[in-house]
Amino acid sequence: MIDWTHFTPWSSAAGGIMIGAAAAMLVLLNGRIAGVAGIIGGVLRPAGGDLAWRLAFIIGLLVAPVVYVAFVADPAPPTIEASYPVLLAAGLLVGAGTRYGSGCTSGHGVCGLSRLSPRSLAATLTFMAAGFVTVFVVRHLLAGGPA
Amino acid sequence: MSAVSAFAVGLLFGLGLIVSGMTDPSKIIGFLDVTGDWDPSLAFVMGGAVLVGLVAFRIARRRTKAFLGGAMHLPTARQIDRPLIVGGLAFGVGWGLAGYCPGPAVVALGAGQDKAVVFVIAMIAGMALYEAADRHFHARRRRRTPREFSDVAGDA
Repeated sequence: MIDWTHFTPWSSAAGGIMIGAAAAMLVLLNGRIAGVAGIIGGVLRPAGGDLAWRLAFIIGLLVAPVVYVAFVADPAPPTIEASYPVLLAAGLLVGAGTRYGSGCTSGHGVCGLSRLSPRSLAATLTFMAAGFVTVFVVRHLLAGGPA
Repeated sequence: MSAVSAFAVGLLFGLGLIVSGMTDPSKIIGFLDVTGDWDPSLAFVMGGAVLVGLVAFRIARRRTKAFLGGAMHLPTARQIDRPLIVGGLAFGVGWGLAGYCPGPAVVALGAGQDKAVVFVIAMIAGMALYEAADRHFHARRRRRTPREFSDVAGDA
């Protein structure tokens, strides 16, 4: 069943267009793919002179909530169900997995699908499927929550 | 100049993530919970982003240089291989457990979310672990698939 109380089609599509515009700017101006995992991963493996734009991009992400609070509004406080040990395990999996698989939701998802790359489509379907199964197991099998 | 535009891009990207609602892990989990109360919002984020991206990458593909003058670094890898699938599976499990993927996690860190601090530290440790393993197996893997691991810009 669709969760109509939390469904935000308009603001989500608007945010998506902003993300797409950001990815468009990065590829057209800098000639780079806006894949967040790849950009962070590249900092850990600096290759001659490409550290500055990577750090600048990451700083942009970090100050975004500060700018949002200053000029727009205080966003609703987030809900984070995962405990600290789970977050630790999840972080390790996301970090190693996105680097081994060469991309995340932005690199394979947004940019890869925009490039019509079959490789990125395969990656996106894979991590989405793994996400669906994980949430099903955690929420419905282990917790015995409402199905 | 390239750092200035990268900063602006990061800022716009982060604001887009906040506006879209994706910095709240419960929105991500809500999308991944297809058998429960399903929140399809994330599909609209992807749809909006890809709509703009399709146009941009059509233009980018025809160019050899970026508009600021640097080289165009578009991914060259094409094969759907084991690292792509195994990495995707590991990422998907972590994504489902926490409700964070790399972009929103970094934005949440900037917002000062305690749980994002832990997640991002673990994520960077996971990336460092990958780098160490990759260096360790580099020579052997390079012989098998010479192009794929050779360039960080080949990501995604």
